[in-house]
Amino acid sequence: MKTMRSVILDEADRWLFPVVLLVSVYLTFRGHNAPGGGFIGGLVASAAFVLRYLTGRHREDPIYEVFRPHTILGAGMLVSTITALAPLFFGDSLLESHIWKWKIPVFGELKIVSSTFFDLGVYILVIGVVLSILVALGIDQDENEDNPNEAPA
Amino acid sequence: MTLLLLAHLLVAAVILTALRSRPRLAAFLGIGVLLASATTTALLSARPTQATESWEWIGELGLRIDLALDGMATLMVLVISLLGAIVLWYSINYFSDHVAYVRFVGIFVIFAGAMSGLVMSADLFTMFVFWELTSVCSFLLIGMNDESASARASALRALLVTGAGGLCLLAGVTLFQIAAGTSSFTELAAQSPSGTLITVAALLALVGAFTKSAQFPFHFWLPGAMSAPTPVSAYLHSATMVKAGIVLIARLAPIVGHDDIWRWTIVLAGGTTMVFGGVRAMRQTDAKLLLAHSTVSQLGFLTILMGLGVPGATYAGVAHLLAHAVFKAGLFLSVGIVDHASGTRDIRKLSGVGRSMPVVAWLTGLSAASMAGLIPLFGFATKEKALVALLDADEKVGLVAQVALGFVVAGSVLSVAYSVRLMRGLFGTKPGIEPTPIHHPSWWGLVIPMSLTVVGSVFAGLMASSIGKWLDSPAQALDSKAYGKLALWPGINTAFLLSVGVILIGAFVARLIPTQPWRNPIKISGENIFQYLYDGLITTAKRITRVTQSGSLLAYNAVVVLVIIFVLAAALLAGTDSGVTELTFADSFFQFIVVLLACAFTFGIAFTQQRFVAALLLGGLGFACAVIFVMFGAPDLALTQILVETLIIVVFLFVLRQLPRTFAHKNKFAPRSIRIAIATTLGVLVALFTVMVSGARTAPTTGDEYTTLALPEGGGRNVVNVILVDFRGVDTLGEITVLAVAAVGVANLVHMANRRRRPGGPEHVESNTSEGVPQ
Repeated sequence: MKTMRSVILDEADRWLFPVVLLVSVYLTFRGHNAPGGGFIGGLVASAAFVLRYLTGRHREDPIYEVFRPHTILGAGMLVSTITALAPLFFGDSLLESHIWKWKIPVFGELKIVSSTFFDLGVYILVIGVVLSILVALGIDQDENEDNPNEAPA
Repeated sequence: MTLLLLAHLLVAAVILTALRSRPRLAAFLGIGVLLASATTTALLSARPTQATESWEWIGELGLRIDLALDGMATLMVLVISLLGAIVLWYSINYFSDHVAYVRFVGIFVIFAGAMSGLVMSADLFTMFVFWELTSVCSFLLIGMNDESASARASALRALLVTGAGGLCLLAGVTLFQIAAGTSSFTELAAQSPSGTLITVAALLALVGAFTKSAQFPFHFWLPGAMSAPTPVSAYLHSATMVKAGIVLIARLAPIVGHDDIWRWTIVLAGGTTMVFGGVRAMRQTDAKLLLAHSTVSQLGFLTILMGLGVPGATYAGVAHLLAHAVFKAGLFLSVGIVDHASGTRDIRKLSGVGRSMPVVAWLTGLSAASMAGLIPLFGFATKEKALVALLDADEKVGLVAQVALGFVVAGSVLSVAYSVRLMRGLFGTKPGIEPTPIHHPSWWGLVIPMSLTVVGSVFAGLMASSIGKWLDSPAQALDSKAYGKLALWPGINTAFLLSVGVILIGAFVARLIPTQPWRNPIKISGENIFQYLYDGLITTAKRITRVTQSGSLLAYNAVVVLVIIFVLAAALLAGTDSGVTELTFADSFFQFIVVLLACAFTFGIAFTQQRFVAALLLGGLGFACAVIFVMFGAPDLALTQILVETLIIVVFLFVLRQLPRTFAHKNKFAPRSIRIAIATTLGVLVALFTVMVSGARTAPTTGDEYTTLALPEGGGRNVVNVILVDFRGVDTLGEITVLAVAAVGVANLVHMANRRRRPGGPEHVESNTSEGVPQ
């Protein structure tokens, strides 16, 4: 897949990647009141990574060096599980929502519902799922084809 | 007491996590907690009132964690922690690998804690929990040398045997609860229940006890457990693991001991174990295996004494339990010292060790003399007491006691014989064999801890009468009528004459039997039966797997689809009036167009020869569905659908790289016509079912409730999202767990396939290309 690189796709990725990621975060947080949410946000973010993979630019992407997909997967699971379990320590039932409201000058009222963190966990987890499939079926296979005598790490 | 048990766990956690590179500190910490446990127990037992603790565990089921520090528990905790401390001290100089040693200390401390919990349990369910914990710990300890296949196999065998016994015990405990309405030992003893159910329960519990305490026919795992390092064996076989079964029998005997079936089972199993163990010990040439079989034999003896349910025998059982723990620990440690010093445990090779290590030889001799039951050691006093008790029991329980006495006398003869064999084998000078070269063992590290146990045997023997008085309390904790006296010199009576006879015959038998192993006349052994059953189970499982998990995608799809067809057809045939009165053809023209498009895609998928085209058309079908979702006012669903379809096409691209470009249509098991028929039936049935179901709702939907609650309860205006993260958040949690597991599974499967495909690796698996439409 490294032989054919499209300049248009490269440029598109250069500009779209950060924008799509930003949109995905936006979708995640607005999910509570309008279409969106962690699952959708995670899928959108994953689409950005898939696009980057299709351009072949993922080789320069530090995210594969810093985190392994399974680490992201685990982090998402951890965030969701902790949010789900947290109310138990305050005598509430599993996944009980708590709503915080703060008045912030200039911006007005800020409202945070505890389930947002749960959704955030879903967001991270979905990215982890897609990335691990991407690495397993895509990136590792490419490397296999590049140098068939060496197994991927 | 709970704190004491938690302290074990805490110390073990600290040792296993923080002290990996500080083995000495770990050992001292372990010894510290064991000594603290002994001290606390002694202090608690000195109080006038008995210490009890009770915690709610599973309230709905009425399960509680009940602990009581009665006399028996005190005795056992003292034995467990003091012998544990000695063994740990000894072990510091025994191991060379630091990482493995720290792990050993950690598990050892947990084990000691679990065992203490077991003996303190005042309730069958509580005991069961600790029981299983000791099984797990012993598995880890026996398999400590995890690079040796035989150690792993023995550990697994021990776990399987004791685990199976544990299940029987659980069944027994549950039956006790059902039949008697309680699982507390004291309440059960007060009721003294009887009946078929109780007998069955008692026998099931006995199976558990027999597996744990290596009674015939489950005795075979214990000698196998000898692949563990010697300190582990010393601890498992003296104070802990195997005594768990004896403690259970001792606790149950006052409750069901009056039952004849129980009594006969105990005496026959215990007696057979005692004699067979002794005979097998006489065949061994590995000193450690000899000791293992002697342990089996001694456990048979204890089973008889504790299980008979006769006060005098119970008292003798408690006393002999203590005696055995002390001398057997000492003997194992001695064998370890000889092994360490000479590099072998084979009694055919060892020669002249007694001359080069006279002190060790004398000390070991004292422990062995206690095992053989010689004056003035503790083993003599307790065995004497047992003989007296069995002679007396004759009047009360009749024939059972005579049979038991017969077994015990025969077993005792053998125990004298194997004690002699052990001593002669380890320390004797054999003609024709060069004296074994010895490097002297560390005094402080190995010999002193070992000699402490010998001091125990001698001291308890000399002080027999006062120790005897102190043992009243443990015996009475089991049976209020059990009391007795121990004496160093009981005077000349029947039991004494029996003892003398036993010693003389035993010594004679020892002379008679050669050091070389003689042929085993009996071919069938518990080990073989276990292996046969185990292999049979694995083979059957493999066969079933081969049939049900054929590896053919076609077969899997066929099973799934046919089951769906069957269920749907049955539901449609059984269903009454659907309530659907009229069907709208289409809500709008646009909707009609979209559905038409979707149908076109579907036909395309069915008729194309190219995998890639089929994948793209499938994606198109997904998008068409998304459009329909939007039309029905479900933007979240539509958004998700579009995103998933997009990503799935990419995943398809990955997979299709590995597959042939076109579908293979020929398959001799499923010709085209049959596949078309099955697919069409499924499609028609699903469509019909969907229409019927849409009109069949009778209960109100939860949707309205969720819509009103979303903002005030969940704090959000998007109902779908609030349902996902709040109302049905547990479902979501489950789903994302499945997602994570699936992702890890995919990664691992691909990784494995890559490894197989690597040159030089195993044959590359034939990819199955005969499936239909990829899912």
